[in-house]
Order: sequence, then C-alpha cells, then structure tokens
Amino acid sequence: MEPLLRINNLCKSFPGVQAVTDISFDLEAGEIVALVGENGAGKTTLMRMLSGAITPDSGEILWTGQPVTLRSPHDAQAIGIRMIHQELALLPNLDVAKNIYLGHEPHGAVPGTINWQAMYRQAAEQLQKLDLDIDPHTPIRNLALAQQQMIEVAKALAQNAQLIIMDEPTSSLTEHEVETLFSNMRGLREQGVTIIFISHRLEEIFAVCDRIIVLRDGQFVGSEPTATTTPSKVIALMVGRTVDDLFPRPRNIVGEPILEVQNLAITDPAQNVSFTLHQGEILGVAGLVGSGRTPLAETIFGLRRALKGRIVMSGKELNIANPAQAIEHGIGFVPEDRKGQGLFLSLSVGSNIIVSLMRLWSRYGWVQWPKYNEVSNRFIDRLGIRTPSAAQRVRNLSGGNQQKVVIAKWLTMEPKVLILDEPTRGIDIGAKAEIHQLMRQLAERGVGILMISSELPEVLGVSDRILVMYEGALVAEYDARRTTQDQVMRAATGNLEAKGPRNDSKSTANFVV
Amino acid sequence: MTANLLRTSSSNWLRRGTVFIILVAMIVFFSTQSERFFQPANLRNIIEQNAYIIVASVGVALTMILGGIDLSVGSVAALVGALTAGLITRNGFALVPALMIGLMAGLLLGAINGALVVFGKLPPFVVTLAMLGVARGLTLVYTEGRPISGLQETGYRSFAGELNVGFPIPVLILIAVLVTLGAWLLLTRTRFGLHIYSIGGNEETARLAGVSVARTKIITYALSGLCAAITGIMLTASLASAQPRVAEGLELNAIAAAVLGGVSLFGGVGSMFGVLAGVMIVGVLSNGTNLLRISPYTKQIIQGLVLVAAVSIDMYSKRAEKR
Repeated sequence: MEPLLRINNLCKSFPGVQAVTDISFDLEAGEIVALVGENGAGKTTLMRMLSGAITPDSGEILWTGQPVTLRSPHDAQAIGIRMIHQELALLPNLDVAKNIYLGHEPHGAVPGTINWQAMYRQAAEQLQKLDLDIDPHTPIRNLALAQQQMIEVAKALAQNAQLIIMDEPTSSLTEHEVETLFSNMRGLREQGVTIIFISHRLEEIFAVCDRIIVLRDGQFVGSEPTATTTPSKVIALMVGRTVDDLFPRPRNIVGEPILEVQNLAITDPAQNVSFTLHQGEILGVAGLVGSGRTPLAETIFGLRRALKGRIVMSGKELNIANPAQAIEHGIGFVPEDRKGQGLFLSLSVGSNIIVSLMRLWSRYGWVQWPKYNEVSNRFIDRLGIRTPSAAQRVRNLSGGNQQKVVIAKWLTMEPKVLILDEPTRGIDIGAKAEIHQLMRQLAERGVGILMISSELPEVLGVSDRILVMYEGALVAEYDARRTTQDQVMRAATGNLEAKGPRNDSKSTANFVV
Repeated sequence: MTANLLRTSSSNWLRRGTVFIILVAMIVFFSTQSERFFQPANLRNIIEQNAYIIVASVGVALTMILGGIDLSVGSVAALVGALTAGLITRNGFALVPALMIGLMAGLLLGAINGALVVFGKLPPFVVTLAMLGVARGLTLVYTEGRPISGLQETGYRSFAGELNVGFPIPVLILIAVLVTLGAWLLLTRTRFGLHIYSIGGNEETARLAGVSVARTKIITYALSGLCAAITGIMLTASLASAQPRVAEGLELNAIAAAVLGGVSLFGGVGSMFGVLAGVMIVGVLSNGTNLLRISPYTKQIIQGLVLVAAVSIDMYSKRAEKR
C-alpha cells in the first residue's frame, strides 16, 4: 500500500542559507510522528513546505502515491494537510462554530446565507467527537488555551484533514491540558489521522509518538521508533557534531562578582533563578526557545518586572523599573530582534551609535554634532564597522555590521554589564567570529557579559561558564571547558537525570522533568 | 434556527448594552429639563434630521468592522446628489433612471476605493482620503460651484415627504430603517457578513480559512459607496437642491457615531444597532442642547466631552466584564 505521504529529496535554500537538504521520508496513515532537531535544523522550513506556505526548490511530495504541488496553504488544505501553528489562528471575537466553519460555511436555502442550524449542529458533533464539552456558541476569547488548541483540531477535522501538523502545541499548556491533548491525539490516530508533532520536550515525544524523525543542519539523520530508542540516542542524533575551534581562547582570569541574581522569579508558576556574573566573565545562557532566557534578560534590563527576587550589582541591591534605570546602573542589552528593537533602521550609522549619548551630552537641548561625529567615527573604526561613512543608513548594512552598530551604541555608555540575546543570529561566519572576538575583548577590559544563545557550539565556544534554562528555571550550570554539547542539550530538554553529572552547581533552581 | 440566533445576538446585545443605556439616560435627562423634548413631533424631528447620518454611518461602520475606514462618504454623497439633480434638470432624465445612475456611481466609487486598497495595497485611510478630495473636486467641477435647483416638479422632493401605509411615515426615516435592517441582516445572517467580521478580526486567518479577502473587501467598500449615494439622494431631497458643499465633514460624524456604537477602530467588532444608537446619541444631544438654548459654540464642547465619556464608559464596562 502507498504511504499517506512520501517526500523525496526535498531541498530549500534561502539567500545565504541552505535550510533543507535532500530530505526524504514516508508517513503512514494513522501514526503520530515526532519531528525533532535543534533550533535551525530545518524543522520549520520543512513543515512550511508541507503546508504550502513555501515551495521547495527541488524534490517531490507524493500524497497517497500521487505527486502534488503545494503552492499555497489552500492547496495543502484541499488534499487534507493542515498545519496548526504555535500562534493559534483563531478569531477571538467569533464563536466556536463560526471559527470552525469559517470559509466553509454550510449553505442556507437563500443563496449567500448560512444554514446556521446545520453549522451549530455539525460543530457540536465535531466537538463531541473530540470529547470536548464546549458550547459551539462560546466566543473563542472565553476558552482556555488548551481548548482553543482543540478548536484548531476540530477546524482541521471539519475539513477532512488527514495529516495534521502541530507546531509546539504543548508549549503553553498545563500538565493536565497536555494529557487531554495527548488522549485526543491517540483518539485521532485510531481514526486513521496522521499527526506530525513538533516539540522540544523529549518526555512528551516519548509519551505520545510512535516514531521520531531527527533533523540536523537541514538534513535527515534518522528515524527512530520510540519503542526501541532512548532519549540519549535521539539527543546524540540531534547534536551529532563536535565543537569546532573557531572560537577565541584562552580564557582570562575572572574577577569580582558584578551582578548577582538572587531567587528571581520570572515566570508563573514561579521558578527561582539565582546566579552570579563576574567582572571579565562571559556567562552563556543555553536553553530552548521559550525556556525563559529572554524574559530573564528583559527582567534584568527592566523591561519586565520580576515576580520576586533580588538583583544585586557590586554589592548594592538594584530596583530597576525601566530600561533607563538599568542603563544608569551600567547595564546594556543587545536584544534578539536587531531590526525591531535594536536599531533605528532609517537613521544613519552615526545617529544610531550616539543616540544613547544624546541624553548625557546635549547642552540645553541642543545636539552637539561635532562631538558626536567624532565619537561615532571612533567606534566605527574600533569595531571595524564596514560602512562608506557614518552618514550611511543602517538599513543598508549587512546583518553583522548592523549588530556591531548595536554593540557600539552600548559601548559609548561604557557598560559594566552587557547582556546579548542571540548576538550572532542570522550573521555570516566571518562577522560572527569578529563579534565573538569583540565580546572577548570587552570581557578582558572587565565587562561582565551575559550571552544568550541557541547555538550550542557558540555557547560552548565563547562562554566561560554555561547556565542552562528549562521551563523558566535554571536547571544546570557547567564549566564550558569541561562539558559537551550532549550534556547541555540533555539539560535543555529536561532530561538531566538520564545521565551526566550535575556539576557542582551553585544554582538553587528546582529541577523540572 | 431562531433559538440559536437569539442566543448569539442577545449576548451581543447585552455586551453592547451600555450605549443604549447612555442613550436612554440622555433622553430621560432632556425630558426632565425641557417639556418640549419628549413630544412626538420633536422625537420625529430628531430621527428625520439624522436619517441621512444613519445611512452614511452604516456604510462607514461596515468598512470599519472590515478593519478599514471610509473617509470619502461625505464627498461621494455630494457628488451623487449633484449628479442626480444635474441629470434631471440639465439632461432631462426621468427621476428613476437618474437615481439609478446615481446609485451606480456610488457603488463604482466605493469599488474603486476597495480595488485600490486590495490591488494597490494602499492603506484605506490614504485611499479614501484621496477619494474624499477627488469626489468633492468632481462635484465642484460638475456644479461649477453653484447649487443645482429646479427639482420642485420632478418628484425628487417626495423622498423628504411622507408615505402613507395606513399611517403616515416620513420617507427619510423609512430609508434609514431599511438600510440599517439590510446591513444588520447582511452582517448577522450571511456568509458575506461573517467574512467581514473575520477579515477585521485577522486578515491572515481569514485568508487561510479560504475566505476570498479581495472580493469581500471590494464589495464592502462598494456597499459603503452605495450608502453614501443614498445619503446624497436623501440630502438633495430634503434641501430641494444639490449643494456642492453639502455633507462636508460627514465622515467624521459617521466615524464618531460608529465608535460610540461600539464599532472597534481596529476591526472585527461592531453591530448595526449599536451604530444606530451612536447616531441617535449625537442627534439627541444636539437637539436637547438646542432646546436648552445652549449656544452652538458651547454645544461643540459638550459633544466632544460626551464622545469621550461615552466611549470611556463602554470600554470600562467591557474591561469589567472580562474580569
């Protein structure tokens, strides 16, 4: 019998990145398959191709044996493939039945009208099939997130979806809700529906999936039946590479404590996060997307309020309510979203560099341009920012040079602590190495650096010490010289107890499985 | 079927209830302040004087629920009024064909707005602001800046008269009621209406669900143009002439009424009865302050304050309901 879906040699590249290379596999009707891989392994690209959001450069997709071309989400939906995004695509102001049947409303007797009776009845039937006790008249905004998740499933089933792709469906669900979702997924499998389940949580994958497909660096590296494999084996497949020695060493001697985070609670339910950052130290924060790394950084920088806990800097407790106060205390923050949060794209390189200085240096509100020009030129030289002049618009610079502009902006403030969130995302290798060098140089001058990164080689290669976060808690701390990607990945996926020493961790964080 | 519908609409009714409560409160207030206020003749006056604003507001509200806006209604109304009057007095058209052409012109201008929004990918604010200028300009060119009169013998005036259906009913009020009812049916009973709400709620979601976003948008703007055309005909009938500068600023009254009536500026939310109540709040306020001999200057200040107050009360009650 033909498999439900077969993909052959699928390839997709974006400018500068080969996102997916030569991936082939089959999916049978009525199985639940997990798709795993590190951030950037190509999961998203692959799923977007299957759901018609982007088209492959080469390769073919066979649906029940027939080659298909999916040019749009419509095409995919028409043959029965439906993707449920992490960000749910529901209309909060409309009720359940209207959301389920939007675009496919049952016709009424008068042309153009809707057979409301049939619509609400059919919606009730769909909900019943999923064992959901929800009135189809309920507006979506009144439903819990897990229920909304299931409304998406009902919407897919109402259109006869045979393959449902769920992108991190459990990321915002409670434990109980996850159980409900899983029992629903098993029920769907009984009805012959195939599910692709994308999750970072291996325990969940082992709980509900029949098979695990592993991607690494855009390539297919294995398909393991959950019955006969182990989490360690899957992690080994996911990581599967060694740290290259691209990174600047040797390490400097670490100085006095400069920033102490004590019992900081950033997510609800509260998880205590405690750690110390020293002068001249690069402290890497590893963890998966959504593990609470960015909220941690934002809390220290005053972008969000901690639920509880203390932040102590050079022995004094800080009460930071907003970024302006953080900056006054000498904390800088290079955000993850360079273009959205870090830069004024339509302003010049020079203006971007000196924008924070203006507050300090303007005399009676007048901008002192000569002084500024001198400063911005000095930083352009020092950081090796490749731009025709300080007057060039930042928009026209490459990603790496844009990032250097963001860093230059902070250096004008001479920060004591610099937090960098994904400092090299989307930057080519050469510029990456330069930014790593720059971080090292800053550390040598005594700046304490907190670096958040999703790239394990970067975390291991650049940091002196590594903190690992999982579900809002600090679960492990490693000496970067004495740990492996494997060990860090295990901690980041909540599989600490499986193997590996937990180091002489000073963290008081509770351990979450 | 009715049971289902009553349920959805009744919950909306309650949720939107504050605007009706405000309206009733204002009516009670002015009734106690002036004995001339709560007289059948005065109440009829209020509705009749505001009938054209109701029709214009219905069209604007449709585009707002869609997540857009239509600033061109006043100008389009003026143009259609002038066009119909001109066709009759200058070109010798009979009343009905002239009106038909006028209505078609409104539909067409609205469809052009929609097409520019959809295919030109331009912001609705800009497109309809441009149309506001263009349609007004066309009106001034067509009328050479002078009123077109001479409609007395043509039957055009009958729209400002009464229709006897066992009892006399003002035609302007009848038109306003029919338009509001029609739009209400469209929004609550048809696929098209559901699609308007869905696009206003989240355009991308609607597209993914298979809603024809382009078609829905163009038709909605065309309907707003049609409402504007009807407005123009109503104004021409009541003034017995087409004034080139008529309905200037009407778009702002319409938007204010829609917002008062609970239509979200961000789209996806709103009901036609809310809009109706919104227009009446402004109308009652205007009439009541006149009866109290408040100066027209002060009146404008009061109107601005009431707008902010009414919307605040509504927002507050919505937030309270969420908790």
